[in-house]
Amino acid sequence: MYLTKEEEQILNGEAGETLQKALEILVALGDIYGAEGLIPIKSAQIAGVSYKTIGDAGLEWISDLKGKVKVPAILNPAGMDLENWERIRIERTFAEKQKEIVRAYEKLGIRCECTCTPYTLKNFSVKSGDHLAWSESSAVAYANSVLGARTNREGGPSALSAALLGKTANYGFHLEENRIPTISVSVECSLKTSDYGALGYAAGKAIGSQVPIFYLNEKKERKKGKEKSKEEAATACPNQDELKALGAAMAASGAVALYHVAGLTPEAKKRKFEPPAEKLVIERSQLDEVYASLCEDSEPDLIALGCPHCSPAELKKTAELLKDKSVSKELWVFTSREIAKFYPEYINCIEKSGAKVICDTCMVVSPASNHYSCVMVNSGKAFAYVPGMCGAKAVFGSLEACVQNATGEKKKGEDFN
Amino acid sequence: MLSCDPISFLGSVDPKSGTVVEKGHALYGKSIKGKILIFPHGKGSTVGSYVMYQLKKNKAAPVAIINLETEPIVAVGAIISEIPLLDKLEKNPYEFLKDGDRVRINAGEGFLETLEKA
Repeated sequence: MYLTKEEEQILNGEAGETLQKALEILVALGDIYGAEGLIPIKSAQIAGVSYKTIGDAGLEWISDLKGKVKVPAILNPAGMDLENWERIRIERTFAEKQKEIVRAYEKLGIRCECTCTPYTLKNFSVKSGDHLAWSESSAVAYANSVLGARTNREGGPSALSAALLGKTANYGFHLEENRIPTISVSVECSLKTSDYGALGYAAGKAIGSQVPIFYLNEKKERKKGKEKSKEEAATACPNQDELKALGAAMAASGAVALYHVAGLTPEAKKRKFEPPAEKLVIERSQLDEVYASLCEDSEPDLIALGCPHCSPAELKKTAELLKDKSVSKELWVFTSREIAKFYPEYINCIEKSGAKVICDTCMVVSPASNHYSCVMVNSGKAFAYVPGMCGAKAVFGSLEACVQNATGEKKKGEDFN
Repeated sequence: MLSCDPISFLGSVDPKSGTVVEKGHALYGKSIKGKILIFPHGKGSTVGSYVMYQLKKNKAAPVAIINLETEPIVAVGAIISEIPLLDKLEKNPYEFLKDGDRVRINAGEGFLETLEKA
């Protein structure tokens, strides 16, 4: 790897041990992936925040670091709502360790808003072509695919190293040639809202770490109808929340960091890619299989929404569905603290039903979910992670089905999608 | 100590003792503490890097690691824990080393020498 004179000095320890270690990490990764040098980054997003995932091991390492980050840097979700942790049954010992972790990051100059959707925050803007060092896999997929920025799936330590140095190793998705699609995915059915999560879950397994380009072939179904209604026409073009759900699910069931949607996402529009030779076809039946998941003998005992964190539009929809209703079981809605602060009317409406709006964390990284045996979600990402991370079964359904299950309007098996 | 299986430090190794706790693993029940540990490559969660750091702090880490070809989790873990790491040796270590052999490695210059065959 080529290093500048200043970088060489850092590597020799002339700028202290923390920066020396940070650069050693980036150089080691650069060597593994064949980087020619380092590249300046605009921001970093650092995973490895929940005490549940990093434990004492991570806490010790972060606490031992010294210095300040050189670019805006932000944290991934923690293991609990940092202000309201008691109401989701977090133990005091866990809460204390969790606060210690957040304080250790804060000491390094990192913004302690813990969210997996940093691209929604004020003062954390991302522009097309920006080089980033982000580590939350769904945020990586969103930044690369929807925003046209450039980041690899950084690990916690490498994102933190990049933040401290303001640079990362220049390989992978930082380079134009690696952003060309390598597999085409033809979707042979119409899609609405949670279908995108189901699609991502089903497709991600087959795609692995390749770069897919999606062809959303909705015309076939549309021709069957008598007329093209407005609603059907709108499904041809997934909105930002649907793209968020698609990428998040593919990054979880596979290792997708960048995807394109023909005619829609910025690079697909600009570069007009040729369809790759390798092809994957997804049909309605594969999405139905995801919806058909049931908790054998039990009803879901927790309904969890907001993986990734709910946008204002998703909160609004949830609030509308819950208006004048009350939940008969736990319904948790995860979002970022900033969004919760800006939209108190949605939060009040949701909480009036007995549901809880929870910030700074999520069902996957918080031990709060471990108290439940079957979790119903509307997210392909949560559906992929809940069984392994929370020791609970997972059921997938649309937002409407999730809310209806929580309010007791519909039970298991009654048309989950 | 040779492992024919890859190692996921998160979940497979007890950070307090260095004992391999993953059932069915080639090293199940054995301790990697104080060993020159040879395994093909890492696997599993990126938190594995931190577990290597914890092993080191608990004085339960391997003294050195040799991989056929290392990957980011083990590479990062080795750096933050200051565990010497070698990979891509000229000769396949599984062909000329056995469990219990005594070897000396120099990760700075990148060589390995066999001191005593088991």
